[in-house]
Amino acid sequence: MASTEEDGGSVEEKENNNRKRTKSAVTVAWLTFYNIAMTAGWLVLAMTMMRFYIQKGTHKGLYKSIARTLKFFQTVALLEVVHCAIGIVRTSVIVTGVQVCSRIFMVWFITNSIKQIQNEESVILFLVVWTVTEITRYSFYTFNLLNHLPYFIKWARYNMFIVMYPIGVVGELMTVYAALPYVRKTGMLSTRLPNKYNVSFDYYYFLIIVMLSYIPLFPQLYFHMLRQRRKVLLGEIIVEKDE
Amino acid sequence: MKHYEVEILDAKTKDKLCFLDKVEPNATIGEIKSMFHKSHPQWYPTRQSIRLDPKGKSLKDEDVLQHLPVGTTATFYFRDLGAQISWVTVFLTEYAGPLLLYLMFYFRVPFIYAPKYDFTTSKHWVVHLACMCHSFHYLKRLLETLFVHRFSHGTMPLRNIFKNCTYYWGFAAWMAYYINHPLYTPPTVYGEQQVRMALVLFLFCQIGNFSIHIALRNLRPPGSKTRKIPYPTKNPFTWIFLLVSCPNYTYELGSWLGFTLMTQCLPVAFFTAVGFIQMTVWAKGKHRSYLKEFRDYPPLRSPIIPFIL
Repeated sequence: MASTEEDGGSVEEKENNNRKRTKSAVTVAWLTFYNIAMTAGWLVLAMTMMRFYIQKGTHKGLYKSIARTLKFFQTVALLEVVHCAIGIVRTSVIVTGVQVCSRIFMVWFITNSIKQIQNEESVILFLVVWTVTEITRYSFYTFNLLNHLPYFIKWARYNMFIVMYPIGVVGELMTVYAALPYVRKTGMLSTRLPNKYNVSFDYYYFLIIVMLSYIPLFPQLYFHMLRQRRKVLLGEIIVEKDE
Repeated sequence: MKHYEVEILDAKTKDKLCFLDKVEPNATIGEIKSMFHKSHPQWYPTRQSIRLDPKGKSLKDEDVLQHLPVGTTATFYFRDLGAQISWVTVFLTEYAGPLLLYLMFYFRVPFIYAPKYDFTTSKHWVVHLACMCHSFHYLKRLLETLFVHRFSHGTMPLRNIFKNCTYYWGFAAWMAYYINHPLYTPPTVYGEQQVRMALVLFLFCQIGNFSIHIALRNLRPPGSKTRKIPYPTKNPFTWIFLLVSCPNYTYELGSWLGFTLMTQCLPVAFFTAVGFIQMTVWAKGKHRSYLKEFRDYPPLRSPIIPFIL
């Protein structure tokens, strides 16, 4: 976002502040609690999923059994955008926002709303990916905050995404694609002219645009993680591109 | 007269890019930029950022060499700002788009709506009114860009033109599509009264916005980049300066609120909301720099909305 109109909408060089940001005790306490809670939540999800599959031998009905827990923990992740916005976590609001929004979108506007696709294999695919990724990520944050980070967690956090991200994207895209016929048939979340707000919205075409938007967006998130990996694991000094 | 030596290093790699000897003590950064440009023709002055410290702020073109905290051999750091484009060019392009695009929808040029509607006009008088207001607004902006505004910076990064034009042109097309649609529904809540009040609000704010632009222009002598605190003038539309730092944005918001009410079109409301968020960010930034620069800045003023924001 532009810092002033006078910059023509560009971000001019930020004033250099060399002071290191130390978090207050309250902040650390809150973030530690948050990350432990989220790690626990996703562990519960993982175990519930595994138990269901072991007991029933099928993935049909698995989504329904974890739907409420999933919706809860995935929605609570919105707090992470707030954390970035108020500055207690030093990550870009936009990167976090896009990440969380795509999850919220999948959970609430696809799997929750379109019951017919809940038993698709692609749903299990991305659920497994999300679960593994989130458990790794939240335990990484937790240990980091406690200043006791086992190397294998750091390794996992910055290596597993290489495989997990693309698989997750495949699962998500396949699920949205499977949902398309039902969206078309029911005309859900869509409105046509004429109406008194003079607007129209076609959820079917919106979903197609969302699927297409993965093409520019996914590589950016992926390369962001790759850059983070080079910095953290390999100690590379990455000179940021000029703004 | 003692001459200075100037060396320019790359801010990132610290490579020596240029060495200038026999530089006059009263040379400005602007002049040094021109000299640097001669040895590196691809870096024209407007894309040069010259600083004392690799991570520091850019020096201004008007800064004079001997008044800077440098020895007789001055070391400056250079950062490439990337391809630049003039503000005037960007403004003209980003405003001409909405003006022309809206008219294309208004006249129902082929391939937008169903063929039976090609080149027809709407039967609702509010649609004609909306077209006049929208066109007036962007025409005003174009003329202000050419004759009123005095820009502090000459250029901005080239990629901004793509970003800005996408924003303006995209939203204009989206709004125009619905307002000029054969199935458009004129305001139903309060009907004709709503349209009339909206028109009054719109015109009031257009005049207000223009008055502010003139007042700001008169603060700054031609060709200068000075900054002064704006104050109310004899024009009653400027009296809002008593309460607000950036009344141009306040009036702009008002205009678009008027247009939203006039057309009762959700995409217009969206555009107004997004514009409001962006203008608030700008207003807060401007308000903060006023406060930093001027000790005696009037305390009653808010950035964009009196007393509230």
